[in-house]
Amino acid sequence: MVPTTLGVLVLTFLLFHVVGGSPAEVVLGKNATAESLAAFDARYGYDKPLLCGNWNAVRALGLTPRERLVQRGDSDFHRVPIAYSLSAGTYRVTAGRVLLGLSENATGLTDEAMLDGPAPLTFSVREGWKAVTLEVGGALPPEIRLEKRTGGYFDSQFVHYSRALLTGDFGISTEYNLPVMRVLKSGVGPSLALTVPILLGGTLIGVMLGLLCAAWRGGLADKAVLILSTVLMSVNYVVWVLAGQFLLAFKLRLFPIWGFESAAYLVLPVLIGIVSGLGRDVRFFRAAILDEVYKPYVRTAQAKGLSGCRIMVRHVLRNSLIPIVTYVSLSIPFLFTGSLMLESFFGIPGLGNVSLNAIHSSDMAVVRAVVIIGALLYQGVNLLTDLCYAWLDPRVRLG
Amino acid sequence: MGKERNIMRRLWRRWDTRLCLLVIAVYCCAAVYGEVVYQVNRLTDQTPSYNQVHETSRYVPPAFVRVFAKASQPAGQPLYPLGSDNLGRDVLQRLVQGARIAFHVGIITSLIAIPLGVILGCLGGYFGGKTDSLVVWLCATAASMPGLLFILAIAMVVGQGLLGVYLGIGLTTWVSVCRNVRAEVIKHRGRAYVQAAQVLGYSQARIMFRHILPNVTHIILIAFSIRFPASVATEVFISFLGIGVQGEPSWGIMINNARLRLWQGVWWEMTFVTLAIFALVLAFNHLADALRDLLDPALRTEQV
Repeated sequence: MVPTTLGVLVLTFLLFHVVGGSPAEVVLGKNATAESLAAFDARYGYDKPLLCGNWNAVRALGLTPRERLVQRGDSDFHRVPIAYSLSAGTYRVTAGRVLLGLSENATGLTDEAMLDGPAPLTFSVREGWKAVTLEVGGALPPEIRLEKRTGGYFDSQFVHYSRALLTGDFGISTEYNLPVMRVLKSGVGPSLALTVPILLGGTLIGVMLGLLCAAWRGGLADKAVLILSTVLMSVNYVVWVLAGQFLLAFKLRLFPIWGFESAAYLVLPVLIGIVSGLGRDVRFFRAAILDEVYKPYVRTAQAKGLSGCRIMVRHVLRNSLIPIVTYVSLSIPFLFTGSLMLESFFGIPGLGNVSLNAIHSSDMAVVRAVVIIGALLYQGVNLLTDLCYAWLDPRVRLG
Repeated sequence: MGKERNIMRRLWRRWDTRLCLLVIAVYCCAAVYGEVVYQVNRLTDQTPSYNQVHETSRYVPPAFVRVFAKASQPAGQPLYPLGSDNLGRDVLQRLVQGARIAFHVGIITSLIAIPLGVILGCLGGYFGGKTDSLVVWLCATAASMPGLLFILAIAMVVGQGLLGVYLGIGLTTWVSVCRNVRAEVIKHRGRAYVQAAQVLGYSQARIMFRHILPNVTHIILIAFSIRFPASVATEVFISFLGIGVQGEPSWGIMINNARLRLWQGVWWEMTFVTLAIFALVLAFNHLADALRDLLDPALRTEQV
């Protein structure tokens, strides 16, 4: 469980921090200024190196550095445009000779500082001052890199990310400007109100149909249910939602179309949720129960003269509970993450709705949090399921 | 190869699986035709006819409805066998293009997921020990990601468009392939023919991929028949949400487009897209069942 949790951590970090490129550019758009991008990075902690390092690149050198030649005494200096003033801190630049234009924040007093030495050149801007201009002397290197010293070798995004997750801090939503946990907390209740009835209803109906199929295996009812479940399975989920909403709620006016005000608003989404999953469920439950039907103990029970109903429920069902519990438990994490489509189409303000909106507005922190919570829940549920086996089947011993 | 031909013959002999094969063949032809049309238009730099806007003939009902209602065909108007949409575009042509996208997604995601699953499964199952632990760990990690949301997150991060869909579906669905292949390879690892090959001094890679792999191909076949319709269905969902294909008529985009007009009584676009998806996915699902029954007695669903 611990290695898998670590795996989830690394995988989500890779996905959201490495593959995705700069979140600032995604959220603020292509026309954002370097200064606002840098402010975004600083606010959400993206201004640190990914894994580790003492230096991290600064956005201040514009995307297209156009150098202007300036004559200073007897030597030439190239004025490198910097997009915004460099705040206090230690910097490193790949140049042999640098002339800094400094200004004091409080008084507006300006100063100049000349630095000479082998490249790369390290300089620091004092507290209360900022570097306004940057001029590079001598031969211009092909690429000028400006980097800022980090707080330490391990002052990195990954370390901060892991530490924040350990304390249950999922960052700040860029869309709502609120802590992610606050955004998600309000969605748990509506999601559970929708998904718990779906899970319970679906499992109950599925197991009953599975039992009936297994009891009359090979018969007409069995074949009909099997064909029907393959057909149900093949209807696209999107179609279930749209057709249900259009035909039952709009045309026949049996249910309210949209909203989350009373229990009546939940009936149709729950129905659609149950029906759309039923095909797969029935087929699985039927197969799981059929695995038991031919065992010798069933024949013994029949020989004792027990009724068919009693054999199926008390003996067969009891023994096929392990695959059934495993199957059902795998969908428990989705109780919390909610149903994306149902929630957004029926206006239920749950986690599925929140995450879908977050995906549409590129709100990485929220998407990341839901993915991580879902994955951790999955593992927790897996553990509980394993513990459950021993309770369901006394032959299973906990190691 | 004899085994595969035998399977095809047995699938062809039953009327229901024969129907499935025929349906899939029709979709294949449509997809290939759609690809040709797309490529020709791309090379000649024209707006394809399925994207051309006809302001004068919006919401034309399907041809058979017009014949039934004895409506006259205005001169110069395209035929519209299955009607036209809100911009006067031919629904049938767009359906064919949708089939093209669906096959792209079904095939490419399988090409990502199945080799990944097969290679990892073979390595883990054959070598055991540390390698196996690593493979099992990778499987457990990937399996614990919340399915659809994770796919959407990958598509979001990679950027809108088909690449995100391919990667999103492909990189999340290899786990079941890997687990099945690994379990089967473990069964074969101790068999006499593998030991004989080891004694002969063949390389590990040769034993794994030349000797064991041909004996587990049925798992790959079953995996493909399950993965394909699932990928198509997921693509419909993702495109419906506006995260998938851009600018091309995918089935998901068509559903999204049609749903707004459904309330005004324009039923044909929605109906035909739904039927198109349903027939393809049903044919594949049923074929997958039949294949499983034929190839894997352990997973038999019929007549236990």
